[in-house]
Amino acid sequence: MINAGDTAWVLMSAALVLLMTPGLAFFYGGMVRRKNILSVLMQCFIIMCVLSLQWVLIGYSLSFGPAKGFWGGLQWFGLNGVGLAPYADYAGTIPHQAFMIFQAMFAIITPALIIGAFAERMKFSAFLIFTLLWATFVYDPLCHWVWGMGGWLRNLGALDFAGGTVVHINAGIAALVMAIVLGRRNNLEKNVPAPHNMPFVVLGTALLWFGWFGFNGGSALAANGLAVNAFVVTNTAAASAGLSWALIEWMRGGKPTIFGVCSGAVAGLVAITPAAGFVSVVPAIIIGLLVSVFCFIAVTAIKPLFGYDDSLDAFGVHCVGGIWGALATGLFASKLVNSAGANGVFFGNPKQFLIQLFTVGVTTVYTGTVTFIIYKLVDIFIGVRVDDKSEAMGLDLTQHCERAYTILE
Amino acid sequence: MKLIIAIIQPYKLEEVKEELYKADVNLLTVSEVLGHGRQKGVTEVYRGARETGNLLRKIRLEIAVNDNFLEPTIKAIAKGAKTGETGDGKIFVLDLKECIRIRTEERGAIAIG
Repeated sequence: MINAGDTAWVLMSAALVLLMTPGLAFFYGGMVRRKNILSVLMQCFIIMCVLSLQWVLIGYSLSFGPAKGFWGGLQWFGLNGVGLAPYADYAGTIPHQAFMIFQAMFAIITPALIIGAFAERMKFSAFLIFTLLWATFVYDPLCHWVWGMGGWLRNLGALDFAGGTVVHINAGIAALVMAIVLGRRNNLEKNVPAPHNMPFVVLGTALLWFGWFGFNGGSALAANGLAVNAFVVTNTAAASAGLSWALIEWMRGGKPTIFGVCSGAVAGLVAITPAAGFVSVVPAIIIGLLVSVFCFIAVTAIKPLFGYDDSLDAFGVHCVGGIWGALATGLFASKLVNSAGANGVFFGNPKQFLIQLFTVGVTTVYTGTVTFIIYKLVDIFIGVRVDDKSEAMGLDLTQHCERAYTILE
Repeated sequence: MKLIIAIIQPYKLEEVKEELYKADVNLLTVSEVLGHGRQKGVTEVYRGARETGNLLRKIRLEIAVNDNFLEPTIKAIAKGAKTGETGDGKIFVLDLKECIRIRTEERGAIAIG
């Protein structure tokens, strides 16, 4: 039975989630040097094009199709059989295609998150092929395991409300692998490049925060109390994490920075994602306050210690924040918030924490391995990294023949 | 005292800086400039319209040095900026009449370093 309110909310949420990808483009684009901003915007936009097609042709079927096992099968190839009537296994009150297009936006933003790790040095052609393969062989299977009907991690009882594992840990691990295998950008030793346009970073963060209401609130798949809970805790976690990051900077003797508040807010949004439909507002504050501590350590201590060049901290924010969120779900989840969920450690169910931990482990191993294999394949056939001269000149000119900014009219 | 003005390829700036640091030259001014080059510029394409005007983007370095630093500085710039193709740029050397450090109003050779 189709419910008009539910359908309206899910469609609106899908639009909100789509807006997160251009938001991410500006968030990342502001952080790179000005010779590379168009390449980042381009990578995000072309993902919207390429993965929208991949999703309706095969991606949705592989992820959510009725077959059991590694993938959901190809029975729904080209949306064959995915119609306007509800499909009760996923959402009983909205058209099946509304669920499909909502999920499409998640499939789009996930590979876009990885861009932060290889920004400023990846060949555009290689990027396209990598992204398509990654979406098909990493995102789609994992999505099937966690969210698909009959997926084995779902059957195990793993809780992932809006994509902490499927989206953020998944993209974050891939980011770490790419940063390591691709190597550091040239000439980083003397000066680490400063973000070329901080207002873009702020603009991007604002769009992400705004879009995240659809990401988490929409994941209730209905205009109901659960959606409201997700909406409220999402805002709360983002707020406490943004504040917390600024306080950390301040207490360590520096000044509170807008870049810090933005990084914290995004980390908070990441961390609350798996938990949004299972926790109440006080745990959301704790999740937000602590995620900035973990992510701050990751990007200011762990990254320099190991020397990998995760250029825009896709791993440091999304993976670290995502893992904390997944584990925090195992701590704070409560059936009082969502009777279809489970209780966490603090509500008398320590087993849930182990299930969450196991899911994080599976994702890390699977995504890490397959991302590496895809990288190797693409590198053997066409080469992944641009040559030194192109890197020095910037990807905007060498990959796209365009410049973002002129000197004279 | 000499004033060195060098026009180099923008993407060579990092390497030139690297070479200058090695030669112990740590003081320089950098600006972004446009100039007429002898070589063809980088082609840019906007909605199919090609733009290959010969006003090219370059980096201009200004470095004031004492005479004993002149040759090492020139060598460092040349080493960092050279690709062997047209468009690598030029180095100009001018006599420098005076140099004053604003903070102390010291003049001459001591004010340069």
